[in-house]
Amino acid sequence: MCLGIPGQVVEIMDEAAHIAKVDVGGVRRNVNIGLLAGTSDAVDLGDWVLIHVGFALSKIDEEEAASTIKFLEGLGEAYEDELEQLKGSDIA
Amino acid sequence: MRYVDEFRDANLARTLSTQIAAVAEPGRHYKVMEVCGGHTHTIYKHGIEDHLPETIELVHGPGCPVCVIPMGRVDDGISIARRPGVIFTCFGDMMRVPGGDGSLLDAKAQGADVRFVYSPLDALKVARLNPEREVVFYAIGFETTAPSTALTLMRAKAEGLTNFSVMCNHVTIVPPLKALLESPDLRLDAFIGPGHVSTVIGCRPYEFIPADYGQPVVVAGFEPLDLLQAVYMIMLQLAEGRSEIENQYGRVVPWEGNLRALEVLQEVFELRPYFEWRGLGFISQSALKLSDAYRDFDAELRFDVPGVRVADPKACQCGEVLKGVIKPWECKVFGTACTPETPIGTCMVSSEGACAAYYNFGRFARSTARAGS
Ligand code: SF4
Repeated sequence: MCLGIPGQVVEIMDEAAHIAKVDVGGVRRNVNIGLLAGTSDAVDLGDWVLIHVGFALSKIDEEEAASTIKFLEGLGEAYEDELEQLKGSDIA
Repeated sequence: MRYVDEFRDANLARTLSTQIAAVAEPGRHYKVMEVCGGHTHTIYKHGIEDHLPETIELVHGPGCPVCVIPMGRVDDGISIARRPGVIFTCFGDMMRVPGGDGSLLDAKAQGADVRFVYSPLDALKVARLNPEREVVFYAIGFETTAPSTALTLMRAKAEGLTNFSVMCNHVTIVPPLKALLESPDLRLDAFIGPGHVSTVIGCRPYEFIPADYGQPVVVAGFEPLDLLQAVYMIMLQLAEGRSEIENQYGRVVPWEGNLRALEVLQEVFELRPYFEWRGLGFISQSALKLSDAYRDFDAELRFDVPGVRVADPKACQCGEVLKGVIKPWECKVFGTACTPETPIGTCMVSSEGACAAYYNFGRFARSTARAGS
């Protein structure tokens, strides 16, 4: 549960509720971007964010995202479990 | 040197490894604590100690949120889960944590409606879909996770949901570090600061470590190269007689943290006077509970939990492991009675726990590597 996984923002779903759709390795799920709203890290389409338990925790650049994904893939089971759980998520 | 190609930049890894050895004072033994369970995982998985001189010992700290949950809090959760009409939700990692009377998974097998969720917002959704049921979210985690619970509660309040509540087990990272620094059991030289926790709280909360204890803190990322770099930064500080906070993970961690996250924590939570940590005992002001403004959502008030205290099993040495006093394999039941399938202690449950990490990847670690070579 402690992993931060990178996802790319593909759609702002609900501006008022701070819900955005992100793409994590082909899996598209909604996450909450309220922790970045109103900060210098405010999220836009195409941005990469680090996701933890369904919330974007910080904005990262593309290179960092790519490197983190590579690292996480190397973790094997821990990352696969996290992705499985993300797939089961249905935040609105 | 093995596995060097697993680093983001293999040449840099080699150089760092040489430089670390060069600044290590001959004859001096260094103890560096990595606070975060994510770091522990990387250290075992990638055999980081193989790239360090033998005189540098990495000591695993208490930063795995599943590992620090005491048995009594598991039992309290189960007592809520067993009530008729309750849907009890928690993170998957929490399901197998043993309490005094089994785990949440056991309670589920016996008929309780226990469901694992990826996010507290998923728990909120369960509450929306089941207005006739009481939906409880068992919240765990350090400052990394607590803001997510806070925003979820703010949403629940805004929606006027009356069938949702939270059993709060959120803990804070600084008090156990203070407790460790005060403990006579352990003489440390420096800390590798946690990455994601610091994304929220920033670097300032660690200022007391260099100021009051004269020890360096380097906040680090999770890749093998991050950890090598952090160790190098620590060794340089020690060699030059400095003790400061440095941020190796500046690409993700802002010095001031996430101000919005700190704001929502302030609004939704307040400090508990004290909280019991698995193996570490009671630590004052080390955990969060819901603030008065959110008391209607506090599962402990709504359900009147027994508040049980259960002593850790005799065979369990998680406390020593969490304090870094012993290594996982020094626990008498490690790998025999206690395995990830049948954990006795919490450190074997989560993949961030030191015992589970060593159990899964220990063959790469220094001691066995040497024994085998
Ligand atoms: S081996 Fe099991 S009982 Fe022993 S310290 Fe590790 S988790 Fe605890």
